[in-house]
Amino acid sequence: MKRRLLLLIPLLLFAVLVVFLYRGLAKDPAARDSALLARDFPAFSLTTLGDPSRMLDRSLLEGQVTLVNVWGEWCPTCKQEMPQLLALADHGVRLVGVDYKDTRENGRRFLDEFGNPFEVSLFDPDGTLGFDLGVYGAPESFLVDADGVIRYHHTGYITPQDVDDVILPEVKKWQQ
Amino acid sequence: MLIRIFPELGHFALILAFAMAVLQAVVPLWGAATRRPLWMAFAQPMAWGQFTFLILSYLSLTASFALDDFSVAYVANNSNSLLPWYYKLSAVWGSHEGSVLLWVLILSGWSFAVSVFSRHLPRDMLARVLGVMGWISSGFLLFILLTSNPFERLLPDVPADGADLNPLLQDFGLIVHPPMLYMGYVGFSVVFAFAMAALLGGRLDSAWTRWARPWTNVAWAFLTVGIALGSWWAYYELGWGGWWFWDPVENASLLPWLAGTALIHSLAVTEKRGTFKNWTVLLAIFTFSLSLLGTFLVRSGVLTSVHAFANDPSRGTFILVLLGVTVGLSLAIFALRAPKVQSLAGFGWLSRDSLLLINNILLVVMTVTVLLGTIYPLLLDGLGLGKISVGPPYFNALFVPLTALLCLFMGLGPLARWKRMPGRELARRLAVSAIVAVVTAAVLPLFYGGSFSLGVTLGWLLALWLVLSLVRDVFDKTRHGRSDKARKGRTRLAGFRKLTLAYWGMVLGHLGLAVTIVGVAMVSHYNVERNVRLAPGGSVDVGGYQFAMTGLRERRGPNYTADTATIEVTRPGRSSFTMQPEKRFYVASGMPLSDVALRPGLFGDLYVALGEKLDNGDWSLRIQLKPFVRWLWLGALMMAAGGILAVIDRRYRRAPRRSAALQTHEPMPSRLVPPSPTEVTS
Repeated sequence: MKRRLLLLIPLLLFAVLVVFLYRGLAKDPAARDSALLARDFPAFSLTTLGDPSRMLDRSLLEGQVTLVNVWGEWCPTCKQEMPQLLALADHGVRLVGVDYKDTRENGRRFLDEFGNPFEVSLFDPDGTLGFDLGVYGAPESFLVDADGVIRYHHTGYITPQDVDDVILPEVKKWQQ
Repeated sequence: MLIRIFPELGHFALILAFAMAVLQAVVPLWGAATRRPLWMAFAQPMAWGQFTFLILSYLSLTASFALDDFSVAYVANNSNSLLPWYYKLSAVWGSHEGSVLLWVLILSGWSFAVSVFSRHLPRDMLARVLGVMGWISSGFLLFILLTSNPFERLLPDVPADGADLNPLLQDFGLIVHPPMLYMGYVGFSVVFAFAMAALLGGRLDSAWTRWARPWTNVAWAFLTVGIALGSWWAYYELGWGGWWFWDPVENASLLPWLAGTALIHSLAVTEKRGTFKNWTVLLAIFTFSLSLLGTFLVRSGVLTSVHAFANDPSRGTFILVLLGVTVGLSLAIFALRAPKVQSLAGFGWLSRDSLLLINNILLVVMTVTVLLGTIYPLLLDGLGLGKISVGPPYFNALFVPLTALLCLFMGLGPLARWKRMPGRELARRLAVSAIVAVVTAAVLPLFYGGSFSLGVTLGWLLALWLVLSLVRDVFDKTRHGRSDKARKGRTRLAGFRKLTLAYWGMVLGHLGLAVTIVGVAMVSHYNVERNVRLAPGGSVDVGGYQFAMTGLRERRGPNYTADTATIEVTRPGRSSFTMQPEKRFYVASGMPLSDVALRPGLFGDLYVALGEKLDNGDWSLRIQLKPFVRWLWLGALMMAAGGILAVIDRRYRRAPRRSAALQTHEPMPSRLVPPSPTEVTS
C-alpha cells in the first residue's frame, strides 16, 4: 500500500504544475508580463532616427522616468496609438521611441505625418534592441524608472482609456 | 473552378480523419479489454484511413497555397503571389494552424508506420498501442477543428493579395526545421503508447521495451537533427550569430530531448536486465508529456518568447485540457497499474547498471533544471512572489557542471560490465585515458588561443575523456575477438567484425557529444565580434583577416529589393575570397532583413552581416569569427546517426521470431490472418 502511494507522486506533481499553467493562462494575454520586469533596461548602442552619426546608449534612460515605445512605420496599430502618445507627452511624460525594423526614410515620414511625441527616437533596423527586450510585435511600451530599471510593460496598443487608467498612474508611482 | 473547392475538400477530409481517429481510439481498446479479435483488428484499417485522409487534407491546404487562393484566411495571412513556389509549399507550416495540421499528419504517419512494421506484435498489444495513439490524434484533430481551422474562408471580401510569409521564415531552414522537430516530438508518442499499452495489458515484462526501442531511437534521432537545424537556422538567419538563447521555445525542444536521452538508456537496461521497469515506464510518460508541454508553451502564449505564435486564449485552454487529460490519465494509470514487486535482479554499486542509473538521474535533473528555469516566471507569478525570469546565467551555471558530471560517468559506462565491475580493473583500464585527457586539455588552449581559459580546458577535457575511454573500449573489445583459434594477425579484424551495429551506434553517439562539447567550448570562449563602419573602398582588420569593401550594388529578388556589399577577405599567405552580405527589404510586409554572408570552415566560420546605411555613405558591418562553430551541429548529426545505426542492428530484424515466443504469454482465442513466413520488419 505504501509503495502504491509512492507511485502517486508523479501525478500529484503534475497536478500542481497544471494549476500554475492554468493560472498563467487565465491572465489576460495582452497584459502579460515581460520576462524583463524589474530588470535593467538592456544595454544598447544605437543611432538616432534623425541623426545617423549620433550614438546613444543606456545612459539616455537614467535620471528620469521614461516611457520607451517600440514602433515602426510598417505597423498600422502604431498609427492609431500616436494620439495617445502625443497626449502623454502633453502630460509631461518623457517618451523615447524605438523605430523597430524600419527604414530611416519611412520612419521619418511617419513622424512627419502623425506627429512626434518622442524626445528622441532610437533607430533599430535589425531589431537587436527589440530582441533583447523580447518584443514580438509593435507597438509595445516599457516604462523605465530613473535608475534605468523596467517597471511596467504594455503589450500592444495603448488605448485612450489606458492613458488615464494605467500609464499615468504607473508613471506617477515610479516618479516618487 | 476546381481551385474553389480545395479548402472544403480539405476540411471535409479533416472531419473524416477525426471520425476515424475516434474509432481507432475506442474500438481496439475495447476489443483488447474484452478479447474480441475483430474489434482489435479494427485498429489498422482506421490508422490507414486516418493517414490517407490527413494526407488529402494536407494536400488541399498545400494546393490552396500553390494556387494563391487568398479567400482562405490562413493563406492570405501567410503567403503572397510573389513568394517563390518552394516557400509557398513550406509556408503551409509557417504559422499556427498549418503547423498543427502537420503535427497531426506526422502523428498519424507514425501510427501508420507502427501498424505496418509491427504486425508481429501480439494482437492485443498492437491494438492497445494504436488505440492510445488514436486518443492523442482525436484530441489534436478536435483541437484543429474547434479552434484552429486552417481552411477558414475570408468571404465575401477576398483580399487581392496575401500579407506574405514572415521574411525570417523565407529560408531553407524553415523548409526542414519544423518537420524534423515534429517528427521527433510526435515520435515519442510511439514509446508512450507502448508504455501505456503495457500498463493497460498488465504486461510489464521487458518485451514492450524491446519493441519500443527502435521507435524511440528514431524519434530521438529526428529530434536531435531538428534541434540542430533550429540552432543552425538561428545562427545564420536571425543575424546575430548566436546559436542557443535559452529561449522558452528552444527549451521546449530541449526538454523532451533530455528526457528522451534518459529514456533511450533506461530502455536498454530494462530490456537487457529487466530492472528499472517502473522507472522506464515513467520516463516514457515523462518524455511525451514534455513534448506536449512544449506544444502548450509555444502555442498558448503563457511565456514571452522570440518565436511565440500568435496567441488566442481559447487555444491555450484547449491544449492545457488536452495536456491535463493525457498526462493526468497516464500518470493515474501508472499509479494504479505499475507493478508493486521490486525487481529481483540486483547490481553492485559499481556496474554498468549503477552507472546508467546515475546517467538517468543526471539527465532527469538536467531536464528538471531546464523545466524550472523555463516556467520560473509562471511559478513565481502564481505564488505572488514577483515578476522575474531567469536568463542564460542561470542555465549556464547549472547546465555546465551537470554536463561535466554526466560526461565523467559517460566515460566509465561503456567499459563497465553489467551487474558488477571491480573498481580496480576499471581504474586500470582508464588510467591512461584520464592522464592523457588531463594533460592534453591543459596544454591545448595555449597552442590555439595563446591564453589559458578554464572553459576551453574543461570542454576539451570532457571531450577527450569521452573519446579516449571509447578508444580504449574498442581496443579492448577487439583484442579479445577470437584469440584462441585465429592466428595473431587476424584477431583484431575478427574482433571488429564481432562488434554489433548497436555498439557502433553507441560509440558514434557518444563521440558526437564530445564533438559538440568541443564546439560549445571553443565558440563560447574564442568568439571574436566587431562592429565596424565601412565605405566602399575602405577596409578593416579583424582577427588576422583583412576585410575590404570593394563594391556595393542594388539587386532585385523575387519579392524583395536588396543592397548587396562585396567584401574581399584576405589573410597573409592565403588566397583571398569574397563575401556578399545583403540587406533586404521585403516589399509586401515592408520588413527589412539582414542576409548574412558566411564563410564556413571546419575550424571556424567568418560571419559578416550588413547593418544599415549611415548618412555619409558608410555602412555599418558586424564581423564575427566563430571558431569550431560547425562542430556543434556536426556532433548533433553524429549523435543522430548513432541512434539510427543502433536501429538498423540485425537483432531488431530478428525480432519477429523471438516475440512470437513471447506471445504465448496470453492465449489468443483465434487468428484472423495466418502468419506469413515472409513477414519481415524493418
